Amino acid sequence: MPKAQLFITCLGDQFYTTTLQNMTHILERLGVDVSFPSEQTCCGQPLFNNGFEEKTRPVALNFLRAFSKSDAPIVAPSGSCVSMVKHHYAELFKEGTPEHALAVDIASRTYEFTEYLVNVLKVTDVGAVYPHKVTYHASCHYLREMGLKTEAKTLLNQVKGLEFVQLKEEETCCGFGGAFTVTYPEVSRSMMENKVKDIVASGADTVVMCEPGCLMNVAGGLHKAGSHIRAMHIIDLLSSQ
Amino acid sequence: MSEPPAYIGFEEYSEHIPASIPAAVQQATSRFVSGRAARVAELPEWEQLRQAGSEIRLHTIENMDVYLAQLEEKILSAGGHVHWAQTAEDANRIVLQIAKEHNVKTAVKSKSMATEEIGLNHFLEKENIQIIETDLGEYIIQLAGTGPSHIIVPAVHLKKEEIAAIFSEKLDMNAPADPIELARIAREILREKFLTAEMGISGGNFLVAETGTLVMVTNEGNGRMCTTMPELHVAVVGIDKIIPDWESLTVFLKLLARSATGQKLSTYTQFITGPRHEEGEFGPKEFHLILLDNGRSNILQDPIGREVFKCIRCGACANVCPVYKNVGGFAYGWFISGPIGAILSPQMLGIKTARELPYASTLCGACADVCPVKIPIPTILRHLRRRVAEGDAISLPTIPVPIRAAAGLSSLALAHNWIYRFGALILPTLMSIFKRNGWIPSAPYPLSRWTKSRPLPPFTSHFRRWWKTARPTQGKDSTR
Ligand code: SF4
Repeated sequence: MPKAQLFITCLGDQFYTTTLQNMTHILERLGVDVSFPSEQTCCGQPLFNNGFEEKTRPVALNFLRAFSKSDAPIVAPSGSCVSMVKHHYAELFKEGTPEHALAVDIASRTYEFTEYLVNVLKVTDVGAVYPHKVTYHASCHYLREMGLKTEAKTLLNQVKGLEFVQLKEEETCCGFGGAFTVTYPEVSRSMMENKVKDIVASGADTVVMCEPGCLMNVAGGLHKAGSHIRAMHIIDLLSSQ
Repeated sequence: MSEPPAYIGFEEYSEHIPASIPAAVQQATSRFVSGRAARVAELPEWEQLRQAGSEIRLHTIENMDVYLAQLEEKILSAGGHVHWAQTAEDANRIVLQIAKEHNVKTAVKSKSMATEEIGLNHFLEKENIQIIETDLGEYIIQLAGTGPSHIIVPAVHLKKEEIAAIFSEKLDMNAPADPIELARIAREILREKFLTAEMGISGGNFLVAETGTLVMVTNEGNGRMCTTMPELHVAVVGIDKIIPDWESLTVFLKLLARSATGQKLSTYTQFITGPRHEEGEFGPKEFHLILLDNGRSNILQDPIGREVFKCIRCGACANVCPVYKNVGGFAYGWFISGPIGAILSPQMLGIKTARELPYASTLCGACADVCPVKIPIPTILRHLRRRVAEGDAISLPTIPVPIRAAAGLSSLALAHNWIYRFGALILPTLMSIFKRNGWIPSAPYPLSRWTKSRPLPPFTSHFRRWWKTARPTQGKDSTR
């Protein structure tokens, strides 16, 4: 029986309870033995990306401790948080130390949700039905740091009734960038507004993505623009029956 | 542009961007982006070329002294002169001295980033030497009195109507908003200058150590005029432009035009090895190369930061950068803009002056994906953010104390899950007073900076409770 430890991410934890419940249901339906290490907090990326490497270290250690109690794969609803663990944790610790070894071990078994489904479980059809016109925003870290170019679309492709339309600028950043939204709010807003315009122009009634951060940004932007287009995490779409 | 800036206020600038700038920039850059993509798709060996380009650059960065010495020797034996400029002031003074020795009153100049870096125009004008930009874009911004806003398209921020207005005002004429006509007007004026100038000034794209050759890649033909018509040619080139040999050059020529303008090859590729050797040959009587350090040697000591000198100034990173496309080049406060500006200026000017620039990015990584020499731009941005936030061997931290304190507190909270969980427990209640119709339309500082552009979703955070108490199929909590 495949196993997975849920890494819910701090944004998921604060804002997306339903998505996390749906993630649990999908995995369990696929026969995965799901566990949830409750000492987890945040991966530390907000500190790390803003230059606070020293201050990231204790946060990373908390994460490593929380997830090292089991040898099960770690699965998260965010490519960005997974990339932090996978690509940056090892840099935080000196080679040869037990922390470094642990970081390397944890990195090797941490997966983004769609990646885990398509590449580990080899599942592309989760039995979802969603008879709508759907477009997709490729989140930056999911796409470029994780290199996940096809996974989300492979899953969407199997959803019954779904009609896919491509964004003109599918791979352009939505302007989230974590602290960037509050460091340079005006620039973040222009980028978000460009993304919203592109989504509206696509004619879709739903836009999906694989990243809680971008989702907060895009959903808020659509709401502010008075649009009725639904912004969803791909997990929530895949749970539609 | 003249003196280097004392402080670059990216945020302040970004709050007052004229709406015409992003519109003009987005239009021009998207043309380059599709052109580049088409050229790259034609070349199955593109990734190998990028890898080769990156490796050659790293190799020269590590052996720069050897190649520079070889270059100097070859140029001297070809009858040229080589000058070493430690600082911008040194470089300016050397140009002035050469100009004075030759009684120069007017100089024509082809597009060059190095001379923008040292503020040469301003310096020579103060010394009463007229210096004329001859690249059309550079000519326009010289008339307008600004610096360049894009590496290869210096006037990218201007629409044709604005250019016509600048021509009309500065040249005292009635210029039409027609690109062909505007180019004709400039050509007419410049032709006259080419014929009378006593000195030609250029930069250079590459310096080939093997033969002591200066390579210039241009499109308008003005570069060739500047370097062949006057009897005196002075080139100001950063030491980072050195490459080992002609074989390496073939790699960079393939990468450069495709990445920059979506051309297979630029219209003109010029090879200049010393002055003309005999009467009747093309070229000036005297050739001077000024090798500019201006802080480069110091940056070369930093194993992460120095990769910035792999750059071949193609501008592709700016063309795909969503931040650049929404703020334009002037936001970056100095002669170089876009992602490359955000990693170069803080190193050249010092982190204190440019500490806002490393944060002017969402770390989306689009730049690194297109960079023809594989500069890990997001990694260098993070490296420079670390310099700002925590300090390193090169600089003490420069971030405001309250932000450092806040980072310290969040580190504490995130490293101790009971503090974090306590926060997660009270936040939904605390924030619920701001909730209206399922959204938080305005929140207290610092979240107010988020909500001024879009509402915040409400804090829910009851997954943990659900997991413990209400989950229908009970899995195991690995912690108990
Ligand atoms: S950093 Fe790379 S993409 Fe940007 S200008 Fe330099 S070579 Fe071109």
